Order: sequence, then structure tokens, then C-alpha cells
Amino acid sequence: MLQRFRTLPPRYWLVLVVVLFFVGLPTVIDSFQAGEWAQALVLAIAIMGLNILVGYSGQLSLGHGAFMALGAYVSAILAHRYKMDYLVTIPIAGLLTGVIGFLFGVPALRLSALYLALATFALAVVAPSLIKRPAELTGGVQGIVLLPPVPPQPVSDAYAALTGTAMTSDQWTYYVTLAWGLVLFWLAWNLLRHRTGRAMRAIRDGEVAAAASGINLAGYKTLAFGISAFYAGIAGSLFGLAAGFVSPDSFPVSLSIQLLVGAVVGGLASIPGPLIGGIFAYFLPIESNQWVPTQTWIPTQIASTIEKAGPAVTYGAVLILTMIFAPNGIVGLVGAGYARLRGRLRGVPDRESGQMPQDPQTV
Amino acid sequence: MSKIGARIAAVAAFMVTLAACGGSATPAPQTDVGVTSNSISLGNTIAQSGPAAAYGTIANAELAYFTYINNTQGGVNGRKINFKILDDAYNPAQTVPLTKQLVEQDKVFAMFSGLGTQAQTSVRDYLNAQKVPQLFVATGATTFMLDESLHPYTIGWQPPYQGEARIYAKDVLANHASAKIGVLYQNDDYGQDYLKGLKDGLGSNASMIVDAESYDVTAASTASQLATLKAKGADTLFLFTTPAFTIKSLVITTALHWEPTIYLNSVSNPQVYMGIAAKAGAALKNVTSVGYLKDPTDPTWASDSGMQLYKTVIANCTTCNVNDGFNIYGAAVAWSMVDVLKQAGTNMTRANVANIATSGLNETSNPFLLPGVVVKTTSSDHFPITQEQVITWSGTGWTRQGNLIDERGTIK
Repeated sequence: MLQRFRTLPPRYWLVLVVVLFFVGLPTVIDSFQAGEWAQALVLAIAIMGLNILVGYSGQLSLGHGAFMALGAYVSAILAHRYKMDYLVTIPIAGLLTGVIGFLFGVPALRLSALYLALATFALAVVAPSLIKRPAELTGGVQGIVLLPPVPPQPVSDAYAALTGTAMTSDQWTYYVTLAWGLVLFWLAWNLLRHRTGRAMRAIRDGEVAAAASGINLAGYKTLAFGISAFYAGIAGSLFGLAAGFVSPDSFPVSLSIQLLVGAVVGGLASIPGPLIGGIFAYFLPIESNQWVPTQTWIPTQIASTIEKAGPAVTYGAVLILTMIFAPNGIVGLVGAGYARLRGRLRGVPDRESGQMPQDPQTV
Repeated sequence: MSKIGARIAAVAAFMVTLAACGGSATPAPQTDVGVTSNSISLGNTIAQSGPAAAYGTIANAELAYFTYINNTQGGVNGRKINFKILDDAYNPAQTVPLTKQLVEQDKVFAMFSGLGTQAQTSVRDYLNAQKVPQLFVATGATTFMLDESLHPYTIGWQPPYQGEARIYAKDVLANHASAKIGVLYQNDDYGQDYLKGLKDGLGSNASMIVDAESYDVTAASTASQLATLKAKGADTLFLFTTPAFTIKSLVITTALHWEPTIYLNSVSNPQVYMGIAAKAGAALKNVTSVGYLKDPTDPTWASDSGMQLYKTVIANCTTCNVNDGFNIYGAAVAWSMVDVLKQAGTNMTRANVANIATSGLNETSNPFLLPGVVVKTTSSDHFPITQEQVITWSGTGWTRQGNLIDERGTIK
């Protein structure tokens, strides 16, 4: 057993460190910030879903915000109108959204790249208006206000025993989101290493070659869309839990774009990419609000203009810089940096044989 | 949960201390989160961008009044007021996290003058569960006054929309008894509240309404709705619309070669917005509205002491247009807030402040309101302002007609 642990590749230890970091995080930050991190993890889950579609299967979607909306409303309606336990509604919301995504994928994936992007974009545009119509069911423009979740007594007691303070609803939401995030990231990792993942990547890299190898193109594309929508549905449901409120305006077109930005910035076709992308996509717009210059020498009229336009400009500038210096996303940048560091320390492998040069100290 | 726990613990500790002191006679001054010996922090969410951005100046005017109080009187009972304003773009999906941020991160003592019927409805349950006062919300939706028993920490301020609509109904029945009424309303609680008030006010004559058309706040234009109302033969147009939509609708009505009698809701009627509509081509014939504040553009108040004070106050805000009626609204509601804090005195707890605002107001001398308008709440009546006066547009400004009309007690 011990032997097995000792021979684990270093990236497993990295995963362990990251998981421990996220488990311990709420004990060192305050409750409100735990709520914010829960929202970032929600985005990470949605981006993971988008990543399966965009990064691994090569299909572009600009409509994942609509799938999040569907998941959020399924949960909110079940919890609010039918008095179900919110936690029970989360998988229901995910599965239902997955099925709808799968069905949407059947006709949509006959479309080629740009037309698919437009079709999914249309979905994101009409979603808020569609939600408003059956007002008795969805609450119309008012939306649905959800009560903050109460942590179950044993969990609350255990948390209190460990940290000395009672668990707040925000912290409970955080742990629920984290648990779902761990399961879904583990699922994605398994899925993408095996047969399905290989088929998806083959389709992405060359449809003709993939079809020639006997891969069912339409089948795998639709499957990718369904799985991706399932992730978005779960994320939407968790979004409702974390925000305590769902309304048509919670899911604007810009949310879909925000998800895509997160996926690209984090790093497409990678497992840690969506996590970094989620944190980036959630915190950058908020943080850029704080970076507004407040020098007193700026005339007030100009200062108020800067104050309004500043966050958007900062957001755009950071995005452009990231894309210039890290075209493969943050994960790509870190990977390239690590490879270069290793090359500097240990030399590069021989091009012909792939052998590493001998350790310089022994030469 | 932890807050309640902490509070119980604090109360328990306090009791123990009292007991240890052998029951000292005078109760110590009490405070709550957000209050220190020299400061009180208040939070606000308002639309400073988006479809209702015209309202954004209200919060700036409120800040100007608090700055004036801090500078000239050293705050209230020695505590300076810190007022934090956040922009929710009139979008409830933003109001919820911003309100949470103000309560949990910035630890404000109370929310003050949050704007938007939808927006404030979406945070009402949360604020009441946290026992954070949600004072003088900037919406006249009747539910904020009527449903006090369900939400004891929430109170409105301005006259209820239903009351205002009832005044219009009276005016129509008295002056245009054969009118064919067309209504344009915003499709949310705010617009629907006005529509309900109008129907209730017309009573058995509700069939005078030939058509009611709605628009979503995210819509680009109201042209098709107005064309429909015109086609249905309406000769009297009710606009239950926010400022940007009001200006557009007034212009479109003229562009359609339609000259109905117009009733315009008070939440969009400042003289400067009428001026913008006129400049954009609106005819503005036969326009009626109501008022309860002193209009800064009305020469009647040129030497009035309240108006002088308003001008002194608003000088603290560099971006505020002194002629904008929304700014005197901000000053007036901030005056009420300061009044409540003065009354609370040393007992600066959230429960006490909420109680004074919802049941203990009795202002007869708010300097920014029309003479005779009283701001009053009791344990059984939670409608702070109920008096309004009919005003008509003269081409350059509003002219007051008749006397104040009081709708206190008519809305149930």
C-alpha cells in the first residue's frame, strides 16, 4: 500500500494539494467570501461542461447560459413550488438538462461550426424571454426567491467541532458545490482518458479520418452535447442554491460568453483549465471594479466616466494580454513554463531517440 | 445562524455582566452591527446604469444630504453617516449579490432607499431573515407598505402607486367622464400595481379602459404598443412607465399623430425629463400628473427656506443637476432617514430603528415636501406619505391644481 503511494506520479500529489486547499478554504476566509468562491466553482463546473464540447470535441457553443438557466429553473420550481429538498433536485435538474441538450444536439450538430455557434447563440438570446412567459410556473420577470439552505445538523456539528464556529448557509453551499465539482471533474477525467474521449478528440482533429476509423460522428457529437448540457444543468442548479434567487436576467447572453471566455483563458482540452477559468471568469469582473483609479488630480467629471467605463476596459485589457502571452490559456502557459524549466535543468530529450541526456553531474 | 448564535451569546454575556455588577441601574447605550461610537454605515443599491439609469442621481443626492449633515452637524448624535452606493443596473439578479455584499462584507447597519420594485422585492425576504432594516425603499409598490406584518424590517416612503392611480381615476371621472382609456405599463410589479390602482379607482367604470398594453423593461421601444392603443380608439393615455420609456413614449405618441389626454406617473415626471421629451419632438398637450415634492424649477419656491436648504445640500454633489426633481426626492428621503436616526438616540439597534421607521414617524416639517404633506406611520398604518396634488403641464413647467388629495386608509 505504502509502496503504491510512493510511486504515485507527482501530478496526483498536486491534485491532492489542490483538493485539500479547496476543502480548507472556507475555514480561513469569511462566510461571504465562501459564497463567492462557491459561485466561482459553479462557473468552473459549467466551463468543464463547455470544455468537453469545445475543447475535446471541437464544437462551438455560445448558448450554455441557456442550459444553466434550464437547470436553475428546474431546481427552483421543484424546490419552491413542489417543496422538494433542494439537494435532491440538483441531479434531476442535471439529467433533465442533459436530455434536452442531447435532443437539441440531434438537429443542431448537423450544422457545421459557425452555423452551430449561431444556433446555440439564438438559444441564449431567446432563453430569458421564454422564461418570462409561463409566469405562474417561473414567476415571470419577478423570478423565484429561494430560502438560504440550512446545513444538516450532523454536518454543522462536525464543522463546529473542527473550527469552533457554526456553519453558515454560504459555507454549506460552498461544500455542496465543491462535492459536485469533485465528482464531475473526476467523471470528466475518466471519460476523456478512455474510449469516448479518444473518439471525441479524433473527431475534433479530423472528421474524415475519424469517420474512416469507424467512429460514429453524429452519435459522439450529440453525446458530447448531452454531457456538456448535463454539466451546465448541474451548474445552473448550484447557481440557484448559491445566489438564492433565479430570474430571467440572471442568465443574460453575456453569461454564455463569459463561460466561453473562461474556457479559453483557463485552457481548452485540459482538466485543470476549467477550474482556473471559472475562478478567472468570476473574479476578474468583480476585481476589475476595484482597480478604478481614484487620484484626486483627476477632474470629477472625467473620474466618473472612468469609474463607469474602467471595469470593462480593465477586463478587456487583461483578456487581450492573456491571449497574447498565453494563447493556450493559463494551463498552457504553466505547462510551457514547466517544460522550459525542466529543459533548462535537465536538458531536452534527443529528437531522434527521445532519450534524456545523462545527468550533467555524472558527465 | 451563526449571527443569531453570536447575538444570543452577546446578550448572555451582557446579562452576566449586569448580574456581576449587582444590577447597575442605568442601561448601557445599545448598538448593533454597523454602528460605532462615531459612525453609522448605511448601504444602497440603485440603477446608475441600464434602462432606469435616470434614477441613479437619487443616491448621489442622498449622499449629498448626509455629507451636509456630517459637515454641519457632525453627523447624528455624534455619529457620522457612511453611505455606500452600489449600481445594480435595475436588474434584480445583481441586486441580490450586491445586497448580500453590503450586509455581510461591508457590514452595513441598514439598507436605505434601495430602488426598484423588482429589485427590492427580491431581497426583502433575505433582509428580514437577517433582521437588517430595509428602510424607505425607493418604490411606491403597495406591498412595501401593506404587507408590513410579514416583513417588519421593510418600509417604503413615497406615496403608494395604487393611491396615485386612484387620484387619476377621480380626475378622469370628474373631468373626462366619457374617456376611452388606453394604458401603457411596465410588465412587472411596479406597472401592475399602478394598473390595479386605476381599475380599483374606476370601480364600476373600469370598462372605460379599452386596452392595456405592457412592455418588458429590457425592450427597445414601445412603438408597437402605442400604435395598438391608438388603433383601439383610446383618447386618454395612461403612462405607467419609467423615465427613459416615458420620454420615448411621449415622442412616439406625437410621431403617430395621436393627441390623447395623457396621465403620466409621478416616478417619471420631473420637469427636466419633460424638457428632454419636448426637445425630441413630443407635443405634450393635456398632460396631467401628481406631485408631493417641491419642484426645484417652480418659481413659487424661489425664496422658500426648504428650497434654499436643498440648493445648499445639492452643492455637495458635483454630478447632480439641481433642477432634477429626483434630487429633491433624494434630499427629502434622506431627511426622513436622519429624523429616524435622531429619534433612535442612544438605542441604535436594528430592531429599534426599524420600529421607529415603520410605526413611529410623524414629520410635519420635512422642508422638501409640499406644505401640508405629512410623513406619518403608526402601529396600524404603515403608509408614510399618502397626500398628493394634481399637476398639469403648462408647456414650460408643472402647475399645481386644487388642493392636496389624501388617500390614507383607502388601500387595503
